[in-house]
Amino acid sequence: NTATTKEHREKEYVGFATLPNQVHRKSVKKGFDFTLMVAGESGLGKSTLVNSLFLTDLHKDRKLLNAEERISQTVEITKHTVDIEEKGVKLKLTIVDTPGFGDAVNNTECWRPITDYIDQQFEQYFRDESGLNRKNIQDNRVHCCLYFIPPFGHGLRPVDIEFMKALQDKVNVVPLISKADCLMPSEIKKLKERLREEIDKYGIKIYQFPDCDSDEDEEFKQQDRELKESTPFAVIGSNTVVEARGQRVRGRLYPWGIVEVENQSHCDFVKLRTMLIRTHMHDLKDITCDCHYENYRAQCIQTMTSKMNADKRVESPIPILPLSTPDVETEKLIKMKDEELRRMQQMLQKMQQQMHEQDL
Amino acid sequence: MREDTAGVLETESRAPMEDREEKERGVMAEQRGEEGESEATKENSTKGKEENGVDMKAEEEEEKQQKQQEEEDEEERGMSKQVEVTMEVSERVPGLTAGVIRGADLFGYVGIEAVLDQMRRKTMKAGFEFNIMVVGQSGLGKSTLVNTLFKSKVSRKSCTPNYEEKISKTVKLQSVSHVIEEKGVKMKLTVIDTPGFGDQINNENCWEPIVKYVNEQYEKYLKEELHVNRKRRIPDTRVHCCIYFLPATGHWLRPIDIEFMKRLGKIVSIVPVIAKADTLTIEERLEFKQRIRQDLAANGIRVYPQKEYDEDAEDRIVNDRIRESIPFAVVGTDKEHQVNGNKVLGRKTKWGIIEVENAAHCEFANLRDLLIRSHLQDLKDVTHNIHYETYRVRRLNESNMNFSELELSIRPLENGNGDKSESESHL
Repeated sequence: NTATTKEHREKEYVGFATLPNQVHRKSVKKGFDFTLMVAGESGLGKSTLVNSLFLTDLHKDRKLLNAEERISQTVEITKHTVDIEEKGVKLKLTIVDTPGFGDAVNNTECWRPITDYIDQQFEQYFRDESGLNRKNIQDNRVHCCLYFIPPFGHGLRPVDIEFMKALQDKVNVVPLISKADCLMPSEIKKLKERLREEIDKYGIKIYQFPDCDSDEDEEFKQQDRELKESTPFAVIGSNTVVEARGQRVRGRLYPWGIVEVENQSHCDFVKLRTMLIRTHMHDLKDITCDCHYENYRAQCIQTMTSKMNADKRVESPIPILPLSTPDVETEKLIKMKDEELRRMQQMLQKMQQQMHEQDL
Repeated sequence: MREDTAGVLETESRAPMEDREEKERGVMAEQRGEEGESEATKENSTKGKEENGVDMKAEEEEEKQQKQQEEEDEEERGMSKQVEVTMEVSERVPGLTAGVIRGADLFGYVGIEAVLDQMRRKTMKAGFEFNIMVVGQSGLGKSTLVNTLFKSKVSRKSCTPNYEEKISKTVKLQSVSHVIEEKGVKMKLTVIDTPGFGDQINNENCWEPIVKYVNEQYEKYLKEELHVNRKRRIPDTRVHCCIYFLPATGHWLRPIDIEFMKRLGKIVSIVPVIAKADTLTIEERLEFKQRIRQDLAANGIRVYPQKEYDEDAEDRIVNDRIRESIPFAVVGTDKEHQVNGNKVLGRKTKWGIIEVENAAHCEFANLRDLLIRSHLQDLKDVTHNIHYETYRVRRLNESNMNFSELELSIRPLENGNGDKSESESHL
């Protein structure tokens, strides 16, 4: 009677189980984008790590500044975008670098340009989202910030604490122990424990791995546990390929041995890559959209509406970015947009009032 | 000239004799004998007669001298390496000395060399003082390096009972002294630590407490030196050497490094080192060093050994070689491991063992040799003869020879060569 059960099953079968596949197909066509920020002092191997993660050479023509240029250096924000394709899946990767961070003698508020940049991207997205033409919104929001902690210290330094606290509500902060090849296994363990303790102690909200579902298999759960227990990741990067154990691998050649970047007993590079790209990229984007961005948006609207109520003047709830050369057409469009939004805002207020009266 | 030599020898003979008095008396007796001879021969006018007469006696004296020297040599062989080095240098010198004296008709062996001997014995008895300062951000391995250099737990971290690795809010200098002994030579080693340097978000002027400390020590010494009743051996707390720890970024000097070395390089001998260098490959290390040297030159920073203080061509050759390889890339540890059946100081990682004393791995041995085995005395000399003198001149000019301020008054000289004995006791 297999024929009848099959028929029966087919009758019951609606077919929406294919949705994930459809989404998958569409995504492949559309491609993904991901914005990754790297922050930390000069010389901690940020560029090298990014190159190792994405197998690129983004900083080929980089020039290191000379002595005079460095004395008066301020924190800059630089962007490099690269399109990577693998097995038909396209990724538009944007790396946001922060040269000059923490390098000066006086580093007071050296994270300000960085927080300003992140806010600007949120602002841009907020405007676009509230606008009329939402077809091709470019998402430049920063999805993840890798923060490089030097391996030389004994734990978090004042600048580390201040930076992570300033960014914890704006972006997913993933702290890393950089240049981990100068640490012995016992030292790495001690440092990780110390860092985890201090992150707790100072109430720093770093990116938390989501708990895996209870119906996942034991192996996956074990992997997940291991991942969580080895944070912050101690990483090593390399721009060179060396010969080790008969294979050509990314590594660093020392007189006393060869460090292999992808050897899990040497460093946590593989774990970082797995987490960042292979398993949690989407989650990072989700948290950015659902959490950090929403926080920003809510705050924005709140300040706008409170201002409105205080002033009793009807103002545009959209923060107006200074436009370079607004022509007549765009001006008209903006005016129309503002009008519509004002009307929407008024409707909202009316509805709120009605609800309030109903409650009473 | 001969009279001068005689004068010196006589002064020395009046100094208190220690262990091997008899031997010394023997040496002194011979020298006095020769002095008597030389004075007698001076009365004879012809050179020829002098030569013959003196030669015979000189040969006998020479033999006795040589025997004495051999016996003394055997004892010396047991002494520390440092003292041997001094002896080696002096053995090269006799050629020069002899050349000088040849012109003044010295026949046979006077025994001036033996003065070095006496100096050495006195030095050993009195011991050395050495003050070393370590500067750098927290976590760069300062304490470990100092412990490894002197093979004992001399750093503040190892001595303070409740030592906590906390970042202090201000730069507070702390010093710890130990007396360490090796082969009969005692050294009072003082390690001055500078916790809090460069650790804050705003590190402006974090070098000021250090500059202040260095100058305070010079001031202390100056005050003592100008005192009416001053001690025979002025306690020397001046900083002889400042090791500056650079993090192994592989890029360039950071602004804080430049600011610090610019200021301190003028008043103390700075020895920059690349800390925790096991994160740099050999290639990266060479590039980094080159860039650092360029940076130092571009900013007019003079680090030890300074080119201007090379005394002669020989010094210059040795020091040039050092200058071409600074800053030394070091790795420090106090743990031992087994490598090829030997116990070595090293750091064990999953990819190999980094041997601290292996020249192919890192330059710790070079640093140790520079600081301790070859240039220890030179560091002290440069501090005393150059940095301290510069400070002294500046201070005396500042106070416009205001004697009352500096407690300077007519000081009775103890012997004719007051100044000379002063400089000789600065060992």
